[in-house]
Amino acid sequence: MNILLEPLGFEFMRNAMTMGILLGILCAVVGSYMIVQQMSMMGDMISHSVLAGLPVAVFMGLPLSVGALVAGVLSAVVLSGIESQSRLKLDAVIALVLASFLAIGTTLVTVLPGANRIDVIHVLFGNILGVNQSDLMLTFGITLIVLISVWLFYKELLFYTFDPIGSQAGGMPVRWYYLGIVTAISLTVVASLQAVGVLLVIAMLVAPGMTAYLLVKELHQMMILGGCLGAFASIVGMYLSYYLDIPSGSAIVLVAFGLFLLAFFFSPSQGILTQSGFVKDILLKLPKRSS
Amino acid sequence: MLLVQNLSVNYRGFTALNDVNCAFGAGELVGIFGPNGAGKSTMVKAMLGLIRSATGATRLKGRPLTQQLAQVAYVPQRSQIDWDYPVTVWNVAMMGRTLQTGLFRRPSRQSRELVKAALQRVGMYEYRDRSISDLSGGQQQRVFLARALAKEAELLILDEPFTGVDQKTESIMFDIFSELKAQAKILLVISHDLSETLDHYDQLLLLNKHVVAKGPRHEVMTEQNLLAAYEGPVRLIAA
Repeated sequence: MNILLEPLGFEFMRNAMTMGILLGILCAVVGSYMIVQQMSMMGDMISHSVLAGLPVAVFMGLPLSVGALVAGVLSAVVLSGIESQSRLKLDAVIALVLASFLAIGTTLVTVLPGANRIDVIHVLFGNILGVNQSDLMLTFGITLIVLISVWLFYKELLFYTFDPIGSQAGGMPVRWYYLGIVTAISLTVVASLQAVGVLLVIAMLVAPGMTAYLLVKELHQMMILGGCLGAFASIVGMYLSYYLDIPSGSAIVLVAFGLFLLAFFFSPSQGILTQSGFVKDILLKLPKRSS
Repeated sequence: MLLVQNLSVNYRGFTALNDVNCAFGAGELVGIFGPNGAGKSTMVKAMLGLIRSATGATRLKGRPLTQQLAQVAYVPQRSQIDWDYPVTVWNVAMMGRTLQTGLFRRPSRQSRELVKAALQRVGMYEYRDRSISDLSGGQQQRVFLARALAKEAELLILDEPFTGVDQKTESIMFDIFSELKAQAKILLVISHDLSETLDHYDQLLLLNKHVVAKGPRHEVMTEQNLLAAYEGPVRLIAA
């Protein structure tokens, strides 16, 4: 028991744990939409693109989160504009927009007055142990807003993400739903910046949802189970980080990946060891005992 | 009455649809035929405002169709749907009631009854708790038809609904189309099936970037029209 309680004696660990639980839930809910809409790499693009907004925010005297949010949403709008108006496929446009926004960000950090105080390494990797009360409040607020929005618009977003053309043909304002989802992704990235950074947030977004996807049959179950798995991965990852002295963000992501592997192999409905003929094949190849 | 006037669509420098004019009456089952790339899907998507048209207008009962999309139930091509999406049969059919239910509300008792009746009509109510991914192609298509029925729309548009479906599903679908005709609905069905099922349609629209012919089967499916539409000989199966 002492093993579990000892790290909680430190305020930075309590803050980090709380942040990890909040992010585990938030990322799984938003990430579920990314997975079912096959826009996971777009989430990766948004997470990198927020970097372009940070130096602008510093220059204009705005909170960093505002700059990051605007840049994230803008990158998704640019992506949608290029993709819909050309023959180019989504993955190529994602790669271009990601690299361009990243380049804009790193350029502006050196060009705009005052922006060079942004620690790019910190933005890329985050530091969950450096989380303070105001970071926690921001993440809590974003988590609350996103969860309430998902609850309020659940049936509309379910229809839109399952059948975008059918929902548009049936008179639903799909552009707003697209904007809503990319705003939620951008907000989630903003909430995650301090803790895991833009490089690892994609794993928090997709890993718990992917694990849940292999275990349940409805989107809301995917979100609930994904949220639990995300929070669990954060807690276990923090303990591993504390006792093994390894980077916290990486520890959380690796636990989330470990959970995914468990579901991938052992999911009752979709696990490759429980469903396919894999085990049966191995057993059949074993030498028979002669009677 | 559904009226399509001067509908043209340009797609990245070439003409996908050129000056389409046609009218469809209440209680009509219309089959839209033509070769690949003839502009069949483009036509209905342009009618619905899903893609931009260069010219033209589509009116339902005298008003622009794009302002009355609540009156439209659209079943997309099978390839447009991710059939591994985590959703149950019941919730797919309930999507037909999304607009009527309104924002921030749970489906009403009436909506639940409509969805139940629709699923029963297509023979899929017993499967309501199943995941959509667990069904056969024909069953999935019947669930989509149930979704369209649950919407109680005036205009139903189905894009290649018979692709990959079994005989039973096809038969159920044509029975339901007959019932919808009796309720004065307009049905537009895009199809490739030039078999005896052609007899089910009241009107056929033969398309190849423009309207080659429109009317009853015996007027439309002539050798001359088929040559013009398919740009080569076409065999009508069991014609």
